[in-house]
Amino acid sequence: MTRIKMTRIRMSVNGVEHTHEVEARTLLVHFLRETLGLTGAHVGCETSICGACTVLIGGRAVKSCTRLAVQADGAEITTIEGLASDDELHPLQQSFWDDHGLQCGFCTPGTILAAHDLLTRNADPDDAEIRHALEGNLCRCTGYQNIVKAVRSAAASMREAGGTT
Amino acid sequence: MSAPTAPKFIGAPIRRKEDPRLITGRATYTDDIMLPRMVHVALARSPEAHARIASIDTSAAAAMPGVVEVYSGADLKDVIAPLPCVHSIEDLKEPSHPAVAFEEVRYAGDAVAVVVAESAVQAQDAAREVVVEYEPLPVVVDVVAATAEGSDLVHADIGTNIAFTAVTDVGDVDSAFAGARVVIEERFVNQRQIPIAIEPRAVVADFDAGYDKLTVWSSTQVPHFVRLLLAAVCGHPETKIRVVAPEVGGGFGSKLNFYAEEAIVAYLAKALRRPVKWNGGRTEDILATTHGRDQVCDLSIAADDNGKLLAVRATLYQDLGAYHQLLTPVIPGLTVGMLPGCYTLEHLQVTLHGVFTNKTPTDAYRGAGRPEATFMIERAMDLIARATGKDPVEVRRLNFPAADAFPFTTATGMEYDSGNYQASLDKLLEMVDYDRLRAEQETRRAAGELFGVGLSTYVEICGIGPSAAMTAGGWEACELEVRRTGGIVVKTGISPHGQGQETTFAQIVADGLGVTPDDVEVLHGDTDTCEQGIGTFGSRGQAVGGAALSRCVETIQNKARRIAAHLLEASEDDIVFEAGKLFPRGVPAKAMDFQQIIDAAYVASQLPPEIEPGLSATHFFEPSNFTFPFGAHLAVVAVDKDTGVVTIERYVAVDDCGRVINPMIVEGQLHGGIAQGIAQALYEEAVYDDNGQLLTGSLMDYAVPKATAIPEFELARTETLTPVNPLGAKGVGEAGTIASSAAVINAVVDALSPFDVAHLNMPASPQKVWRAMQGGG
Ligand code: FES
Ligand code: FES
Repeated sequence: MTRIKMTRIRMSVNGVEHTHEVEARTLLVHFLRETLGLTGAHVGCETSICGACTVLIGGRAVKSCTRLAVQADGAEITTIEGLASDDELHPLQQSFWDDHGLQCGFCTPGTILAAHDLLTRNADPDDAEIRHALEGNLCRCTGYQNIVKAVRSAAASMREAGGTT
Repeated sequence: MSAPTAPKFIGAPIRRKEDPRLITGRATYTDDIMLPRMVHVALARSPEAHARIASIDTSAAAAMPGVVEVYSGADLKDVIAPLPCVHSIEDLKEPSHPAVAFEEVRYAGDAVAVVVAESAVQAQDAAREVVVEYEPLPVVVDVVAATAEGSDLVHADIGTNIAFTAVTDVGDVDSAFAGARVVIEERFVNQRQIPIAIEPRAVVADFDAGYDKLTVWSSTQVPHFVRLLLAAVCGHPETKIRVVAPEVGGGFGSKLNFYAEEAIVAYLAKALRRPVKWNGGRTEDILATTHGRDQVCDLSIAADDNGKLLAVRATLYQDLGAYHQLLTPVIPGLTVGMLPGCYTLEHLQVTLHGVFTNKTPTDAYRGAGRPEATFMIERAMDLIARATGKDPVEVRRLNFPAADAFPFTTATGMEYDSGNYQASLDKLLEMVDYDRLRAEQETRRAAGELFGVGLSTYVEICGIGPSAAMTAGGWEACELEVRRTGGIVVKTGISPHGQGQETTFAQIVADGLGVTPDDVEVLHGDTDTCEQGIGTFGSRGQAVGGAALSRCVETIQNKARRIAAHLLEASEDDIVFEAGKLFPRGVPAKAMDFQQIIDAAYVASQLPPEIEPGLSATHFFEPSNFTFPFGAHLAVVAVDKDTGVVTIERYVAVDDCGRVINPMIVEGQLHGGIAQGIAQALYEEAVYDDNGQLLTGSLMDYAVPKATAIPEFELARTETLTPVNPLGAKGVGEAGTIASSAAVINAVVDALSPFDVAHLNMPASPQKVWRAMQGGG
């Protein structure tokens, strides 16, 4: 039996430092889910289309099923579990709740994080910009309308609160 | 339900109780369950659509790192019984459907071997090393050709591809056609759809040898059916099986089933004495989760020259795929039943053939048989309008039953419970300013634009359903428990997976018992907690499950009144239960808090012998009929002359689903439903080649619409209560999908009228639309 070569990686996830040995082929999403127990990132496809696995790496939305864990060595990662601070929901989480931006919730973590990326680049997106930014996140339940509404209202409350969160 | 006070929570757009866990990543879906010592299953699946298994060699796979065990179909055929189908179709051909194929594979994706390994990747690696020698057999792909004499066969042992033929013949169709001024014939195709719940199916099982207890977590809409069928198929006592539907990431009918993997994983947990997980991912989910629609129908319509619909004659071919899954042959019956739509029709003759092909089995998919019917009858209305030179609105009005004609019995024997089709259509026309819209069309057409307006006035069958019309029970069960602290627990047999009943059920209880939704905990999806149930499908959650809950609320109200009457020395009939207080009518000063009644019920020292301690209720609600929600949808589209690309400029809908518990949730259901119907109208099609290979086997090829492909919806409602259940709720889960495909296609065909296009089948892809403009309809 061949011995599987393991690689040591370090990364910060939701502000916590982690060091682990991983197989070279381990996908980041599987590392997050199975090794770190962060199951908020979901797997909905094998073709990098659905976006259920979206996390933030250095603030940018990345499909964690298309990254190897070893590629994330040294990275700073935020998952849905790390978005709320001190038990206070992030404005996006709050608006998805208020505006019924989710039904089954499976796409929701990825969609919220993709929207987060958008709002850090564009504090006041119009509907077309929101829909465009979410093209990489499939939702089968909501028909997108309330997702768009939620992102719009989160943007407004974030602008009101003075920008960055 | 006798609501003691004016509803405070019923009808309010309350935020969902289920959301906090979902938006913070704390929800537990099946794949999130990780148990100590858990092993992983991967299935080797046939790449051939139809072949004999000449030999199978699992030795290389068994020697792969981490592999625990490998099983072929032959190893499992005596320990896992064939998968069941629930139906009451006379003379249905039911070929055996083994969980794992052992002699012959009948669709690309049919499982041939099961690999168990320490990790998921090891199992997948090893599954690739299973060596199968296939002797290809002729592949049956075309559903109509499959019915011809001498066709190649999917199941040689039954000697035909036609699993059943059902004839419905009402009135005198021949004479009606003979006397008709307008006769239209058209072939309608409801192309195959792939449901694509964003969570792929997954199953986990664990066996407790001490208690002989099998626990199975499955991404399912029907945990109680899974419990029952696991008992039947795996031979384990039903009383020692617990099935849990944890968080479920969408279903749309595709998880209203009993799948091979559920049986395999359960069997393995027991055989190996280790927790077992299977997650097939998207690729397997597309191949081995049921598909939807897939009907071809040759339809003839007879009308008079006013546009009055006289008769319908149809030959309907349902592609069943390779095997019967749980409800496969039952689905097209709903198409036949709803073919008259919301119109008076006396003469109807339908010959329905259920036909095997070498493809993934079809079964329920959002709407399940009704979108197909709506597509045909709503297209038929527009075809009649075209033939008679009338406006589609006028033709529809002419054919509606009068608002006072309800209950209204249709040609197919459905008794429509309540309705007012004129009202929803009128409201819609007012919202869009129909005359102005048609004037705008004139102007834009004159300017050379292709601009279309399409209507769909639909009725659907929901609240499924009365047990007499079902094969395995149509009731729903509920338990309501008031705990000593005043906390209230609902245990329901429905199994929501996005529909929000943790919230709407709490609203119902809050109004009924004078508490707030926050005081109410709604439990579901665990057969050890909610012991009896049917499940969530057929837009039944509120209409049947909610009705069972209403009965429980009423029982609790009555018992609370009895206890109060005893304590207050008043007559029970005199006790008023209002806003959490109980008092003799007209004497609010003597009021007791509900909590005092709860205390009395559990402390029990002051209860008379005829009142049992405790405060809980259990009911099975049996609906007396289905419910028939209805409405009117309108799509406005522009078609690009050069490319054939269709853009939906406006989508407006008026729906009537009876009593609304939470309008925010109802709108959400409609948004998602309409989007799925638009997806069928414009984008999605499961395509097989002549060898039975699925060409749209990934999300790269199967066009689930993205946010940019779906328009903004404008919604409104009318509210016609149903007499069928105490809530008056009809159900709304499927309405959007049932209505919207027809509205969009009617609009596209209307846009193409300068090219004299009479009909277009779905999806109206740019290529298809462009061809139609070139005269190649
Ligand atoms: S899991 Fe689908 S894009 Fe990553
Ligand atoms: S909420 Fe179910 S997929 Fe988006």
